[in-house]
Amino acid sequence: MSISRATRRLVARVSLDVYAGELVGLIGPNGAGKSTLLAALAGVDQDIHGTIELDGQHLHTFSAYERALKISWVEQQGAIHWPVTVERLVMLGRIPHLPAWGRVSDQDREAVENALRVCDCNALRQRRVTTLSGGERARVLLARALVAEPELLCADEPIATLDLGHQLQTMQLLRDFARNERAAIVVLHDLSLAARYCDRLYLMHEGTMAASGEVASVLTAQNLAAVYGVSVISGCETVPWVVPVERLRR
Amino acid sequence: MALGADTAVDPARWLLLVAVLLLSVVSLCLGQEWISPWRVISLPFAEPDSVTAVIVREIRLPRTLIAVIAGISLGVSGAAMQGLLQNPLASPGLVGSASGAALGAVLALYFFAGSWHPQSVPMAGMLGALLTTGLVYFLAGSDSSVSTLILAGVAINALAGATLSLLLNLAPSPFAVQELVLWTLGDLSDRSFRDLWVMLPCTVAGWLLLCGTGRALDAMTLGERTARSMGINTSMTSWRIFIAVSLCVGAAVATTGMIGFIGLVVPHLMRPLAGHQPGKLLLLAALGGAVMLLAADIGVRLIALHSALPVPLKVGVLTALVGAPFFLLLILRSRRQYLQ
Repeated sequence: MSISRATRRLVARVSLDVYAGELVGLIGPNGAGKSTLLAALAGVDQDIHGTIELDGQHLHTFSAYERALKISWVEQQGAIHWPVTVERLVMLGRIPHLPAWGRVSDQDREAVENALRVCDCNALRQRRVTTLSGGERARVLLARALVAEPELLCADEPIATLDLGHQLQTMQLLRDFARNERAAIVVLHDLSLAARYCDRLYLMHEGTMAASGEVASVLTAQNLAAVYGVSVISGCETVPWVVPVERLRR
Repeated sequence: MALGADTAVDPARWLLLVAVLLLSVVSLCLGQEWISPWRVISLPFAEPDSVTAVIVREIRLPRTLIAVIAGISLGVSGAAMQGLLQNPLASPGLVGSASGAALGAVLALYFFAGSWHPQSVPMAGMLGALLTTGLVYFLAGSDSSVSTLILAGVAINALAGATLSLLLNLAPSPFAVQELVLWTLGDLSDRSFRDLWVMLPCTVAGWLLLCGTGRALDAMTLGERTARSMGINTSMTSWRIFIAVSLCVGAAVATTGMIGFIGLVVPHLMRPLAGHQPGKLLLLAALGGAVMLLAADIGVRLIALHSALPVPLKVGVLTALVGAPFFLLLILRSRRQYLQ
């Protein structure tokens, strides 16, 4: 598919597949089109040329609510506009499940408890969201997306503002989420964590797909040099790691 | 309509409802002659044809009902606009229909000063409100974002304001100027059931449109795009709220003149009771608006009875006088919450 906005083509002729049980990483430099692609997959932006299919059915044949039941999207640095409590904010994620004019059910409350627990937000539940730190906000917003119990989770840089411990915790949480019938696509900048947790990677460059497939076949020195313009060293002792060394002259 | 198990909302809702009823009764009792609450309630049954009953029915009842209806419209519109724009400083005046209504009414006052038809002023106001709403729709286009809508509203506001100034400038005599200015200050006195019937259709249409937008407003707490990802049609929601606010605020202004600060202050007051959730706030702000306008109207009449002012105080002046300092206080208190 391709995505253009105001005469600029942001994403050109890319193709991306996600299968049930997969955690797929979407990587690439700033401005490569990762977020644009992810938002299109989540149905947030509709002006795309091409097709998006979910379970073999065109995404636009789903109503907005049906789509929201199946796909959750975590915005990059998502906004929170009113000083509501964390618990209420997470409850907002249940909106697609609520019948028109319906009230919150025990099932909804259970889902909120669950999401608060797995995102390590239990201690924050009575806090006003405006008093949270950047990392705490990111965790709460991820809990908001998980509480909808989607089949596909599209997370845009969910660990960018997290500390080391919560980065590992969140990646493990995404790994555990993407099992059985569920899958997740994650935009990441940390290539070591991408290599460690993702099943497959898509590497984007200037609106096109530079490489895709198994982790080892994507994170090659040539690919990273061509796309990021840096030389890297990498290895795998205990866990896989990728470290940038220096910028290459181009 | 809104989300979340709440301990705070339900009692607040009932308390506000009781306050509306109590203040309505007080408003019926109050006038040149104080009638006891019990007598007011038993009047239609005990002595329906007495002079007192006619005074209560034809003079005080429409005034009270208009205060309740206009208060509800202003309160709920303020809450809806603030929720839609995700901005605590938004007010119902932004949509342009309020100044359109004022312009229409003043034009009617200017050219045929009530001589043509007793309800010509509110009807012209209503027409002005509808025309400005249509004009904003035409300017902004049907699939516009919230900010384009508001810009169009602000532009129309400026145009209506300029035309109002022109009329005042060209007014034939100081008395005409005074009449026009006094009308825009906002007043509930000498209103009849016919005024009520003029404002009611658009008001009810606006209220009905606002019903069921609570969930979308809640979702928009997370921003427009995330709300869209949650299955909310945000452009439909913004148009719905825009038209609803235009209709009910236009109707209120056409009937009562500009009554400031209720749409701004009441949502602020009620927001903690709603847990800061914009969807839940709608009903609370509606009831709060009715309470505030009734209280202000009672205040204006008490001042008229017990003071030696040469002319009666207009209710819009009182709400602004009380509202503005109160608003400053609220801003100082909540500064930390909004401006980090």
